[in-house]
Amino acid sequence: MNFELSEEQTLLAETIKRFVATHYNFDARAKIIASPGGWSADVWAAIAEMGLLGVPFAEAHGGFGGATVDVIPVMEAIGEGLLVEPYLATVGLGGRFVARAGTKEQQDRILPALVQGKHTLAFAHTETGARYDLRQVGLTARRSGDGWTLDGDKRMVLHGSSADTLVVSARTAGGVTDAAGITLFLVPRTATGVSVKESRTLDNLRSADIRFSGVRVGADARLGREGDGYPVIEEVVDYATALLCAEAVGAIRYANEATLEYLKTRRQFGVPIGSFQALQHRMVEMMISHEQARSMACLACVKVDTAEPAERRRVISAAKIKIADACRHVSQEAVQLHGGMGMTEELKISHTFRRLTMLAQTFGDAEHHLERFAAADAAASA
Amino acid sequence: MDLNYSPEETAFRDEVRSWLAQNLPADLRDKVRDYKELSKDDLERWHKILAKKGWVAPDWPTEWGGTGWNVVQRYIFEEECGYAGTPPLVAFGLRMCAPVLFRFGTDAQKQRFLPKIYSGEEFWCQGYSEPGSGSDLASLKTRAVRDNGHYVVSGQKIWTTLAHYADWIFCLVRTDAKTDKRQEGISFLLIDMKTPGITVRPIYLMDGGHEVNEVFFDDVKVPAENLVHEEGKGWTVAKHLLGYERMGTGRIGVSKRELLKVKEVAAATMKDGKPLLDDPRFRDRLSRVEVELMALEITNLRFLDQLRRGGKPPGAEVSLLKIKGTEIQQALTELMMQAAGPFAQAFRPVDADPGFDRFTAALAPRYCNLRKATIYAGSNEIQRNIISKMTLGL
Repeated sequence: MNFELSEEQTLLAETIKRFVATHYNFDARAKIIASPGGWSADVWAAIAEMGLLGVPFAEAHGGFGGATVDVIPVMEAIGEGLLVEPYLATVGLGGRFVARAGTKEQQDRILPALVQGKHTLAFAHTETGARYDLRQVGLTARRSGDGWTLDGDKRMVLHGSSADTLVVSARTAGGVTDAAGITLFLVPRTATGVSVKESRTLDNLRSADIRFSGVRVGADARLGREGDGYPVIEEVVDYATALLCAEAVGAIRYANEATLEYLKTRRQFGVPIGSFQALQHRMVEMMISHEQARSMACLACVKVDTAEPAERRRVISAAKIKIADACRHVSQEAVQLHGGMGMTEELKISHTFRRLTMLAQTFGDAEHHLERFAAADAAASA
Repeated sequence: MDLNYSPEETAFRDEVRSWLAQNLPADLRDKVRDYKELSKDDLERWHKILAKKGWVAPDWPTEWGGTGWNVVQRYIFEEECGYAGTPPLVAFGLRMCAPVLFRFGTDAQKQRFLPKIYSGEEFWCQGYSEPGSGSDLASLKTRAVRDNGHYVVSGQKIWTTLAHYADWIFCLVRTDAKTDKRQEGISFLLIDMKTPGITVRPIYLMDGGHEVNEVFFDDVKVPAENLVHEEGKGWTVAKHLLGYERMGTGRIGVSKRELLKVKEVAAATMKDGKPLLDDPRFRDRLSRVEVELMALEITNLRFLDQLRRGGKPPGAEVSLLKIKGTEIQQALTELMMQAAGPFAQAFRPVDADPGFDRFTAALAPRYCNLRKATIYAGSNEIQRNIISKMTLGL
């Protein structure tokens, strides 16, 4: 057991922190989210330039071959700065799918370009009625010629409107909620038959509802084994969840720092409001939430690399329960302690509130993971 | 960063576990697991077994018998003890008086007291709280007046845990009532409980148990060489100790064992034909406690690691461990009582009844008893004040 950050990790953390502090302040971000694409190609290029896209990918593809814990500083900085660029969608989801399940050709085609900032991905999976159940896939893929034809709808595809490649889950056998019979495909967003409806999320990311109407892809578009996509989906979503936990910790830290600063500077009744014990104790509880959330994010990022699937499920769900609870607790308290100012669009704290609210729900809310945690626990003791 | 245990650490855990399996007397283990009251003899017996093995004071300097274990090893040891169900090591000598003597004691004081703390030959208690001085400890009134080679002590302490077992008590006393800064008039004295003028009176708590006492001092003569640090510097000593006092309050190994026990009881209890453990309402509450405990374990290790590398005595970090640790302990006793449902109402048999279910009957009193955890060693509200001031700068 060892808590020390390596020299590389410390360096990486400083690099990204400095970048966010100088190039991603509140006004810069406001311009970016108002721009047509909703995120900045310049920022993306800079992120690639700093090597941040390559952290978890193999050296053969231009990456560092880092572990998941090596991505923690990046995710925390993204959370703290409320970055809207498609890091989680590309590195945490799409790229991870290719790295875990792709053929050599698929990896060689996509990963080096991803690392260089020239290729983004998104995971098109969620469907109407599925809530957080990863098994529910109704979009069909039927063999046609030596390739496949995809038909169906995907919802809330994070950064799906701008991704170069969509990782699409499709039903190739079994019923709509069966774990078996799901197959993954790599589909160019611009393929014929793909139609995208873009929306902004509450936290100013871009998301898409995507219709696939008779979309034809070649045999080489299949990602991983036929019908065997579910374990890969579960593994990759667990991975992305671990990264999301680290992102949330960064956003929570910002919310706490900003609130503490406000308590020290805002004066009422002739004194700083931080001198009131009712507020002090609430601030302490926020700080405790941060520490506990941070511990679970670290544990999640370690175990996602090292644990067997049963233990991985248990730890990831435990982490997401804590993170979801901490996101809600800290964001609500941060707004409350900021008073009316916390409600306004012009303060970063309200944007942090929105991001934390969304992070609490993404990849499953606390209730979903409580159910999964209990199931994992029962399986472990059976 | 790697939060997995290394092969060496796993080997160490195995060593501790197998030693405990062979050396923890079964009668003591069963008493602990079934929540029976531990006698002085029970506590001393376990203390002496560990002392003989050389494991009773891992965090002491090695020249005084410390094991030289690193932070993770110490943590593993405590967790395994909690897990196995060992009697607790009473902290007053090993973890409170001793760190004070290491930091502030004279050589003579160290030689006189430390070996007998280590061996368990002398049993210690702590004389801090007074009837009018709880959270506001610095208002304490027990007086110590210097008279030639002695202090003459008069006053009253309260909530004195295990004073009825103790050979010695370390006390905060007022040696100067006139100073403007009331903290500066306080001194730290070591007092032999056999000295004439000391009276111990039990206080029974709502679970019916006897742990705490009132201790009365009526012109008690204490040799001046039993003053620790300088006269008037008792508050400095107390502050140093504060961190250590709260170090053990996370009690993660114990809580892990309790958690398993709750699961065991809930799995064996049926509700609507299904185990209570599968009832979503019960299960969700239990899971949230389990998650907090998982997080606290990592938080605890992170803090220990920081302390080790910073070389600083524990500060406000341990207040967090105290708050969370005690909240978890309380939540577990509550869940345990609720798992037993209506049967938790039985307390004691009126007539001798060998078939009486003593385990289940212990659950509600335990729930009652553990309400103390968020009050003692600095109430959790005081801990929040400490964090607010020391960490947040409010």
